[in-house]
Amino acid sequence: MSTHRHTISVLVNNQPGVLQRVSGLFGRRGFNIESITVGESEERGLSRMVIVTTGSERTLEQISKQLYKLIDVIKVVDLSASPMVAREVALIKVNAEPSARPEILGVVETFRASVVDIGTSTMIVQAIGDTDKIDAMVELLKPYGIRELSRTGVTAMTRGLGKA
Amino acid sequence: MSAHTSAVVDQDLRSKLLKPDVISGSEILLRSLLLEGVDCVFGYPGGAVLYIYDAMHGNEDFNHLLTRHEQGAIHAADGYARSTGKVGVCIATSGPGATNLVTGIATAYMDSVPLVVITGNVATTAIGTDAFQEADITGITMPITKHSYLVRNVEDLPRVIHEAFHIANTGRKGPVLIDIPKDISAQKTRFEWQEEVSVRGYNPTVQPNKLQVDRLVQAIEEAERPVILAGGGVVYSGAHEQLLEFVNKSQIPVTTTLLGLGGFPSGHELWIGMPGMHGTYTANTALQNCDLLIGIGARFDDRVTMTVQGFAPKAKIAHIDVDPAEIGKTVPTAIPCVGDVKAVLELVNEKVKPARSSAWIHQVQTWKEEKPLRYTDSDTELKPQYVIEMIHEATKGEAIVTTDVGQHQMWAAQYYRFNNPRSWITSGGLGTMGFGFPSAIGAQMGNPDRMVVSINGDGGMQMCSQELAICAIHNIPVKIVVINNQVLGMVRQWQEIIYDNRYSHIDLAGSPDFVKLAEAYGVKGLRATNKEEARLAWQEAMNTPGPVLIDFVVRKGENVFPMVTQGNTIDQMIMGDEE
Ligand SMILES: Cc1ncc(C[n+]2csc(CCOP(=O)(O)OP(=O)(O)O)c2C)c(N)n1
Ligand SMILES: [Mg+2]
Repeated sequence: MSTHRHTISVLVNNQPGVLQRVSGLFGRRGFNIESITVGESEERGLSRMVIVTTGSERTLEQISKQLYKLIDVIKVVDLSASPMVAREVALIKVNAEPSARPEILGVVETFRASVVDIGTSTMIVQAIGDTDKIDAMVELLKPYGIRELSRTGVTAMTRGLGKA
Repeated sequence: MSAHTSAVVDQDLRSKLLKPDVISGSEILLRSLLLEGVDCVFGYPGGAVLYIYDAMHGNEDFNHLLTRHEQGAIHAADGYARSTGKVGVCIATSGPGATNLVTGIATAYMDSVPLVVITGNVATTAIGTDAFQEADITGITMPITKHSYLVRNVEDLPRVIHEAFHIANTGRKGPVLIDIPKDISAQKTRFEWQEEVSVRGYNPTVQPNKLQVDRLVQAIEEAERPVILAGGGVVYSGAHEQLLEFVNKSQIPVTTTLLGLGGFPSGHELWIGMPGMHGTYTANTALQNCDLLIGIGARFDDRVTMTVQGFAPKAKIAHIDVDPAEIGKTVPTAIPCVGDVKAVLELVNEKVKPARSSAWIHQVQTWKEEKPLRYTDSDTELKPQYVIEMIHEATKGEAIVTTDVGQHQMWAAQYYRFNNPRSWITSGGLGTMGFGFPSAIGAQMGNPDRMVVSINGDGGMQMCSQELAICAIHNIPVKIVVINNQVLGMVRQWQEIIYDNRYSHIDLAGSPDFVKLAEAYGVKGLRATNKEEARLAWQEAMNTPGPVLIDFVVRKGENVFPMVTQGNTIDQMIMGDEE
């Protein structure tokens, strides 16, 4: 069976332990987590998790059904089933001796990223975009020497009126 | 899900309980349990639940049984729940008390048994500090509970308890844990009880999709070789009558899984026994040759399907289950019917017409006659199968039978023929040794007027034998059978057949004299080593009003057949008498 990347949105009760319930479920049933983000949702008392996972259609169906069995899970939506906007933030601390800075700024500009800190020999670049864009940016900055990389993981929603 | 749940509680007691007094968390707990209709709680005290036990002191309405181990308490609650259909309740203290419940929680979870498990914990101010007897029991049990609560505000207690009962005993049933820190059990608040339950993220499907029901009815009409695989869900949803009606109308042979035994009368001509690893020749052969397989409240466990790729290779599969996650989990399913088994069968029964199954039924009957379950009896040695058959005859198939895990469990499943649901209590999913005896105590507490027989191996009997004390002190009249083959028989069987007679650590030499063990607790003990003694001992046990332990010393090397070994499909059976 073919394996795909799926982005799913999980609306949960904002209860202590809910992240453990969800991540524990993925762990013990052998479902893969590429990234997971959690934060407030539009409704008080509810949080939204966005989980990027890989698996076959059958695995995805099981993930959704097993998630629904958790009492604290209110709603599960496969965002990747319809057009969606998916974004993550990356902070990249890159070696930046004064001589290399113009080139790095060129990359930053091309990706419409921004520089949020400049030290004597480093810079922190902030990039926002989908996973592919950030992967590409990281690749381009590698030759200068990446000292630290921190990515938030993907958060996402469907376009238009579609609601998750 | 929103619902009104009203337990049957005496009106006077009810109004007394509902008074809006300012009371402690512990008193709230006891009142709430009584309002849920709980008539018997199994438990064991300790530091973190001292306020709760203090509240029990002198409380005439609350019935608590002190077991001798927390594992005994939870298995007893489990046996109570399986035999009555009500929620079983147990209580333990924090730390070691709570962790001693873990096996019992997992046992109930695997077999979808409704329990409310109450644990104490250290005070909220001490949680997270590695305090004395602190254990993160909600964390430990997350994968083996349907839901759990750590109560942080005493005002939440009545709602939490009410929700816990609702969640445990609706949809796919299961254990719910409530962890109560010590300070919460001491704090006082005004008692407010609400009948209404509303849990937003919980909405089990009861009524099935009508289109799928129509497809099922259509498939049955077209089927020539249909089989029904009925599991524990039939028993749990109280759908035994609907299943009988369904079978009679559709003319489809039925196999009942280990947990489904009793969900269909074994005397019915279309019953073909249990399927799977130790299933009947007829059930396994029918499954492998059927063109339509209707799973009803059964989850296609690997002990039923064995090698799943080769399971029921010619069948279109229909599956009726309350848990949507079971559909398609292990076998590809053509017709999914998600809903309460009873509700689904009621709908199906309105429309169903007979399958074109007469030639098939004839074929199935031939298999049944040619290859029945059988064993070679002996006049010199006592055979375990004989003991089970004898107990079946003497109790006319009307007893509640609980078992432990091993060969004796399989012989009990094969040779005790059940007529009624909720009469067979066994740990199927987890296969928990130590379950058989304490679960019988719970079953007897829930069914004071029925005969309860607990069938154990000589190994498993030693895993919870301490509960003989409870039988003795409360005169709980369980008939405790030990099928004493002097070995860990089921392990021995695997070592003989699969590991080339290399017997490794299966000898139970050093076991106690079970008769003396019983007597040490003040329970009558009897022993039988041949058929004559067996009949006499059983007669005496039946005529004894209180608890009795009977040690049936049986042949050591006897094996359970048919047997399908791992890696094979269910029609590749070792029959045991054909070499
Ligand atoms: C708690 C636990 N430990 C180990 C096992 C593995 N096991 C399954 S059957 C069995 C042998 C049981 O022996 P006995 O109770 O004498 O029953 P018999 O098979 O001889 O009838 C064992 C060790 C188990 N099921 N449960
Ligand atoms: Mg044994």
